[in-house]
Amino acid sequence: MTWLFGNLPQVLSLAGSHLVQAVIPLVLAVVISVPLAQIARHNKTLAATFLSVGSVLYTVPSLALFVILPVVLGTRILDFTNVIVALTIYAVALLVRSTLDALNSVDDGIRQAAVAMGFRPLHRFLAVDLPLSLPVLFAGLRVISVSNISLVTVGALLGIPSLGFFFTDGLQRNFPTEIIVGIVGTLILAVLMDGVLVLLQRLLTPWLRTPRAPAAEVVRA
Amino acid sequence: MVVPHAATASTPLATTPAAGSVIEFRNVTKTYQPGRPAVDNLTLTIDGGAITVFVGPSGCGKTTSLRMINRMVEPSAGTITVDGRDVSTGPAPALRRSMGYVMQSAGLLPHRTVTDNVTTVLRLNRVPRAQARRRAAELLDTVGLSSELGRRYPNQLSGGQQQRVGVARALAADPPVLLMDEPFSAVDPVVRAELQQELLRLQRDLAKTIVFVTHDIDEATLLGDKVAVFATGGRVAQYAAPEEILRAPADDFVAGFVGRDRGFRHLSFSPGTDVPLHPVPHGAGWELVLDDDGGPAGWRRDGAAVVPGGSLFRLGDSLRRALDAALSSPSGLGVAVDDDGRVAGVVKGTEVLAAIDAARRAREGGP
Repeated sequence: MTWLFGNLPQVLSLAGSHLVQAVIPLVLAVVISVPLAQIARHNKTLAATFLSVGSVLYTVPSLALFVILPVVLGTRILDFTNVIVALTIYAVALLVRSTLDALNSVDDGIRQAAVAMGFRPLHRFLAVDLPLSLPVLFAGLRVISVSNISLVTVGALLGIPSLGFFFTDGLQRNFPTEIIVGIVGTLILAVLMDGVLVLLQRLLTPWLRTPRAPAAEVVRA
Repeated sequence: MVVPHAATASTPLATTPAAGSVIEFRNVTKTYQPGRPAVDNLTLTIDGGAITVFVGPSGCGKTTSLRMINRMVEPSAGTITVDGRDVSTGPAPALRRSMGYVMQSAGLLPHRTVTDNVTTVLRLNRVPRAQARRRAAELLDTVGLSSELGRRYPNQLSGGQQQRVGVARALAADPPVLLMDEPFSAVDPVVRAELQQELLRLQRDLAKTIVFVTHDIDEATLLGDKVAVFATGGRVAQYAAPEEILRAPADDFVAGFVGRDRGFRHLSFSPGTDVPLHPVPHGAGWELVLDDDGGPAGWRRDGAAVVPGGSLFRLGDSLRRALDAALSSPSGLGVAVDDDGRVAGVVKGTEVLAAIDAARRAREGGP
């Protein structure tokens, strides 16, 4: 505890950069996956391709990706960009599948109703398909957010600042307290992110929080 | 016949006259699999301002035909015109906004409030929000819902209420054409009967061109000014007034589809005004018990417990109602009530049959 309080500024600053490295890929992944999934919905071949490419990408070890990316992107090895690009790739690999499931979860009758009312395709997608797919989409996002928080720590092996630094540093100095602070801090971040996502989902899907009508029809006298 | 647009005439939203448009199918074919057309060379004129019902067994092409009108389905061949204009010219979304659409299970957008659902087409047409909301409140009233329901989400409504919102939404932009795809088939029979009467009431004021799809011949004959009976293979076996379809089915298919009870159903079109009314029996035997408002509460025999009565024959109803009232009554006497639900007398089954016979002879022109 004393160690923690003595090093609080460093812990907070590392937690902050940890968070940035986890959140940005999540946002980018949503922006990339939603159109990809929508394209895949109308093309079975593309859907199959996206899903296999995603699976393959996800099997590339994260450390290897962190090392290869500077070569591909021309960035410095200590650049945040490497982590962000790597985690975006992983997140997209998972999220395309989730988004596809999410869009397919929308009741076709409702979609038909929207078409019948005269929505144009893009407007219908943004105003009907996307909002209604949020519950399933968020389920996927919550898994990826936790996975991102944990993957960010790997960057510490290359010296990219995150709470993972306490793992490597604690190991080198044979100082378990530091390792524990790293682990607990990472867990707290994961829980925090999850909480924010749950809250965000509640805000974005107000219609799911309403009490249902009684099952029986009320016949007026 | 065409009543002015009472409910909505004050709103500036109407872009077309209230009287409905004439819809014409000319040699329309839709083929999904080669050699097995879903709709086969359909030629049909749908009267403006009237309810036309497409009825038939599943897979007969009635829904496909309906959906070709607003281009939810594109025909493989042939043309469909609305007031002489080919629907295939111009963008489909604009065409769809000019027609109301009501589907089974309402198809309301679950993530939008009732008001937002009703205003959907208005907002698509860029009607200002405040104006659209006023119109929504007005429409909820028209379909018999409290405007307080406007703030709720669809899942907070009963099935019947959702269906009413579906109708309000379809009427919002005051389209001359209303397409209804089995709109009442997912609600229970009591609510369905209520919704059917509401639709007839609305139509008396609105005089839209309504195309209504159902697989229920009773619903078809009740609602339709004209009924098109679709046969398997996507052809129309008969297109006529419901009375004629019941009285003179064009072929074996129609006769079979209309069913065994068609003689009984046909009585719906004969008024029961000539059936003699008798005073309510008192004393020994069956006795009719009245409630505080003068309505029927049930029957009692020789002072025993009260048993529930049968169906009611409202004065002015058809012979079908009169006969059913007599047949379903425990005493064999059908209870006749006036418009306020007060007992007006009783009818006898034998005399209803005599009235049926008289009506038949009058139709044949004989003595």
